[in-house]
Amino acid sequence: MTRRQRRLVLIGGSLGVLAIAVALMLNAFRSSIVFFNSPSDVVADHVAEGTRIRLGGLVKTGSLVRGDGLHIRFEVTDGKTEIPVRYTGVLPDLFREGQGVVAEGELDRSGVFRADTILAKHDATYMPKEVVDALKKSGHWKDEYAQRASLPVSGVSK
Amino acid sequence: MIPELGHYALMLAFGIALIQGTMPIVGARTNDPVLMSMAVPTALAQFAFIAIAFAALAECYVVSDFSVLNVYENSNTTMPLIYRLTSIWGNHEGSMMLWVSILAFFGALVAVFGNNLPAMLKANALGVQGWIAAAFELFILTTSNPFLRIPNAPFEGRDLNPILQDPGLAFHPPMLYLGYVGFSITFSFAIAALLEGRIDAAWARWVRPWTLIAWMCLTLGIAGGSYWSYYELGWGGFWFWDPVENASLMPWLAGTALLHSAVVMEKREALKIWTILLAILAFSLSLVGTFLVRSGVLTSVHAFAVDPSRGVFILIILLIFIGGALSLYAWRAPLLKQGGLFAPISREGALVFNNLFLVTACATVFIGTLYPLALQSLTGEKISVGPPFFDLTFGPLFIPLMIAMPFGPLMGWKRGDLVGAAQRLLAAAIVAALAMAAAFAIVRGGPVLAPLGVGVAVFVMAGAVTDIAERTMILRLPPRAAVRRAIGLPRSAWGTAAAHFGIGLTLLGIIGVTAWGSERIAEVKPGGSLQIVHYRLTFDGVTHRTGPNYQDVVGHFTVHRGSELIGVMKPSRRAFPDRGMATTEAALMSRGVSQLYVSIGDPNRDGSIPVRLYFKPYVLLIWLGAVFMFCGGALSLSDRRLRVGAPRPAKAKPPKPEPPKPPKPEPTLQPAE
Repeated sequence: MTRRQRRLVLIGGSLGVLAIAVALMLNAFRSSIVFFNSPSDVVADHVAEGTRIRLGGLVKTGSLVRGDGLHIRFEVTDGKTEIPVRYTGVLPDLFREGQGVVAEGELDRSGVFRADTILAKHDATYMPKEVVDALKKSGHWKDEYAQRASLPVSGVSK
Repeated sequence: MIPELGHYALMLAFGIALIQGTMPIVGARTNDPVLMSMAVPTALAQFAFIAIAFAALAECYVVSDFSVLNVYENSNTTMPLIYRLTSIWGNHEGSMMLWVSILAFFGALVAVFGNNLPAMLKANALGVQGWIAAAFELFILTTSNPFLRIPNAPFEGRDLNPILQDPGLAFHPPMLYLGYVGFSITFSFAIAALLEGRIDAAWARWVRPWTLIAWMCLTLGIAGGSYWSYYELGWGGFWFWDPVENASLMPWLAGTALLHSAVVMEKREALKIWTILLAILAFSLSLVGTFLVRSGVLTSVHAFAVDPSRGVFILIILLIFIGGALSLYAWRAPLLKQGGLFAPISREGALVFNNLFLVTACATVFIGTLYPLALQSLTGEKISVGPPFFDLTFGPLFIPLMIAMPFGPLMGWKRGDLVGAAQRLLAAAIVAALAMAAAFAIVRGGPVLAPLGVGVAVFVMAGAVTDIAERTMILRLPPRAAVRRAIGLPRSAWGTAAAHFGIGLTLLGIIGVTAWGSERIAEVKPGGSLQIVHYRLTFDGVTHRTGPNYQDVVGHFTVHRGSELIGVMKPSRRAFPDRGMATTEAALMSRGVSQLYVSIGDPNRDGSIPVRLYFKPYVLLIWLGAVFMFCGGALSLSDRRLRVGAPRPAKAKPPKPEPPKPPKPEPTLQPAE
């Protein structure tokens, strides 16, 4: 086999694999992408029931209700709009009222968000970037959300 | 005083890194041996000063000097010493210190053990190391100084993020960084080769041990992170296809490809240009990983609080190094001479196949990870790409790689015999088919594809055994002769087989736990019990326990299998008052390579508690496989042919003229964090 033929085999093979990979990715992108929405987006965009989305915002203070079994209800707010959320399971360690949350699931017919995943965080002071943006957009962002934890009272010197 | 000393040492290290980055490279260009010889002392001095800075920071943590902001924010006097030490890298500033310390450490290793390197290559490579070190030291000094002071020192620190107060954290980040940063050596050698415009098989021989070390550490680091998130996050997931995890998987995939292509280059002088590109890519992906983790541009389940200005700085470093390296590559690579010819069906062909699929798989991970970021900056639309995407792209690309894997080591160089290799793998294929049939017969339910996956995993493992059996001719020679051959086999052949076997194990574990794992989530009252698979867990109640800086609510469960009592499991909720946080401490019980997994939530007023109970079949194989891969790498590393500075082997070649084979580990849906 000459160098040229060898090269053709190589290039042909590589292009074949790449084509397969691209096809796989396009297919996967069509079926498995999840959009992020704030509560206001959900109302404004009329997100259809049964569409899988991520819902992000703050857990409304005073809205958390623990029902029988492991049924949990709470509301996600961006300051303007609230969406009721139901979830069955054990909440992540850092789930708190008044703090940021990202839930994944879908809306049911009555407009209740059925979450099957509540994203866990590693850090009490961390707020998902999407939630920060959503709050800023709705005008309910407060700087203390970002600073809540990081600085000691006495201030920092250089 | 100590913090200022550390800060000063860091500045000195930065200055020395600048000298290390310029003088030797200028020397190499002007062929000045004096300037070139500056590479070694500057690399060593840089390491010494970084070591002083790191030791100073460690000392601040050990004595709990809360006048240092970094210590105040991340440590606490009630924490045990081990966690005070691990909190050094449990935060951004400290982990960047660890990053540059490891970088300088590797640079010093090259300086010390690189006596057999040509002067010019060594000068250029250490020079490039100097640039990388200077960039990251400047980053620390300007945006992430760990030595900042607070005027009125508080009495007590704020404590380390509780989720990080875990023995796993002592081990996982340093290993991961050894892997990430280890690829910087390969990168520096690649850039040095491009600067010189010359590269040969010897280059591949010098670089391979470094690639191997980095790859081994990365393997163990990823596996350790995976195990950590498995037991610490409380729901038994071992891999989430999360951006931070993908960030460590990408360099691993590129590094694995590099390991294999460097073999072709070493043996056959082929694939030179490709190998250089892979060396650049592996480290570039490590930098991308650092950027993704440290800048917080992506929402991740592992995200920590971050500061955007740092992200911009790392992005600039990223652009300079990756952009510079690739431009240099585009300019100089055509100067490198092409290597030897080979037929598509040959050992080289098999390794090219491996590279093609690994790099393509790596590209799908890359696109899946960064697409949301690109889309958001272009259209403002926010999306997330989750596990389904990777299952649909990465999975199908990996299956052919797995099936092809046992063939590779059985093929000859230059021109292989596919039919012959297939015949020799007949026994392995039969074993795999039997395993598949057994999986179909024994386990009802679960995904249909799972038994097929079991077949592939067993084929990979049986293939690795076949490789060794063929080399030792154990079925054809009398046992004593076979043992002699086994001893005579190059260690790298054993390494290959062990690493390949490990891939099969990991795959088997992943399939077992995803297809046949079971889960119960329920609330139980004291005295109540839960059944999972063959096990019955009875909840006996909770007790309270006080640790050094936390309070535990411990659930007591007795575990029965049938009527036989097999043990007690004690998961707990651990509250850390200093941070106002709680963590879930899961309880694990190993049954062979499977595990029972229990975690609990906060107790309700009526005394019942929410319980998550899992049965994880074969789950330990996932990490056992990684240990095999690591050992495979270690065996290859101990091969005298590859030992740094060792002469060529004096021993007569083994009768079969097949050259010793390097490790050829292929990734599976590798677990990691």
